[in-house]
Amino acid sequence: MKIIGLIITIVTGAFLVYAAADFPAWADPNSPASTYLSPYFIENSMKDTSVPNFVTSLLADYRGFDTMFETTVIFTAGLVCFILLRISGRKEPETSHYRHVLTGVTVTLKEGRKIPASEDFERIDDLWTPPDLIIKTGCRLMIPFIQLFGLYVIAHGHSSPGGGFQGGVILGASIILLAISHDLRTALERMREKVVAILCPVGVAIYAGTGTLCLLLGVNFLDYSALASVLHVDPIAARSHGIFMVEIGVGIAVMTTMIWIYNNISSAGKYNQGL
Amino acid sequence: MNMAELIPALIAKYNYWIYITLMMIGLYAMIAKNNLVKKIVGMNIFQTAIILYYVSIGVKKGATIPISAGGHGAAHEAVHAADYLNPLPHVLMLTAIVVGVATLGVALALCLRIYNRYNTLEEDEILAQIRKK
Repeated sequence: MKIIGLIITIVTGAFLVYAAADFPAWADPNSPASTYLSPYFIENSMKDTSVPNFVTSLLADYRGFDTMFETTVIFTAGLVCFILLRISGRKEPETSHYRHVLTGVTVTLKEGRKIPASEDFERIDDLWTPPDLIIKTGCRLMIPFIQLFGLYVIAHGHSSPGGGFQGGVILGASIILLAISHDLRTALERMREKVVAILCPVGVAIYAGTGTLCLLLGVNFLDYSALASVLHVDPIAARSHGIFMVEIGVGIAVMTTMIWIYNNISSAGKYNQGL
Repeated sequence: MNMAELIPALIAKYNYWIYITLMMIGLYAMIAKNNLVKKIVGMNIFQTAIILYYVSIGVKKGATIPISAGGHGAAHEAVHAADYLNPLPHVLMLTAIVVGVATLGVALALCLRIYNRYNTLEEDEILAQIRKK
């Protein structure tokens, strides 16, 4: 198998090198990729949508259908991870252990007994990880700023590099960082499985709903200029706002999918322990 | 073609050589490696090669990032296509990166299921167990 693989790889590589001889040189302004469609997008983006970031206007307006189904693909991937891995109905163990945080004394409780809810005790089970002050404190200080930056990246996708996909990944990463630095239970307390599972399709629905709203207002699917009558702005500004609406939907869908996939894979679907 | 012509021609297309090398590494790992996780790593290297290829064909000499220099205020100024990079490859790869992460998640989930059932991730051992049944 190794030799066959090597032969296939070398033959493919040889074909690619042969084809690369006809490709345009690096950074050639007259290359085919930069001559036919892309000048139109660059020159008309500001006129059509009043979005200075051409990538954003191209992503959510000119190629709106593509992006909508990419979002659907991401949602489907999250759903597949859930269906493949999630095991529900975790059995409660007969005895439970609690650790007194200040003294380090461990208490064992028989079935059915519970400790009064307080900050002084933490439960020791599969979810428990040894305390690490530096990592926990460092991450707790950083996470709010990471989330703020994620929101900034989504909101400023119009005029600076950013948008729903990037901001969504940053927001998802902040919750995943919480799960890594503390434990999966802390992350699940902040972002419950149910919330994740509901927000993920809601993100896709915001995108598709914006398109359907345009359809109901009498124009094509995802033609945001129709939103002008709802938002009381001119049609070009309405396109800009429409792009922002779908970016929010993309951001929510991407954020929750990242969290969903991480939760399911890191605990093998049992939600009992993270990495 | 003599050496004096060949070397500038090679340097002018160096982005393609990098992407072809990465793609061959990924393809070889996907075909020849026995461990399923190593195959997934190969798939990701392959994906990175494609992303690198797309982003590199969007580059233009003397152009800047595809964001209008005037910002929101410059709505009526003429924009020259030669001043900005090609935004189309950026858009395609932007979504491809996130979809790549999602497909990586699905691949790892499938691996977990396979491991739960066969207690191994080596391809030949899995095939031997399937044949035995």
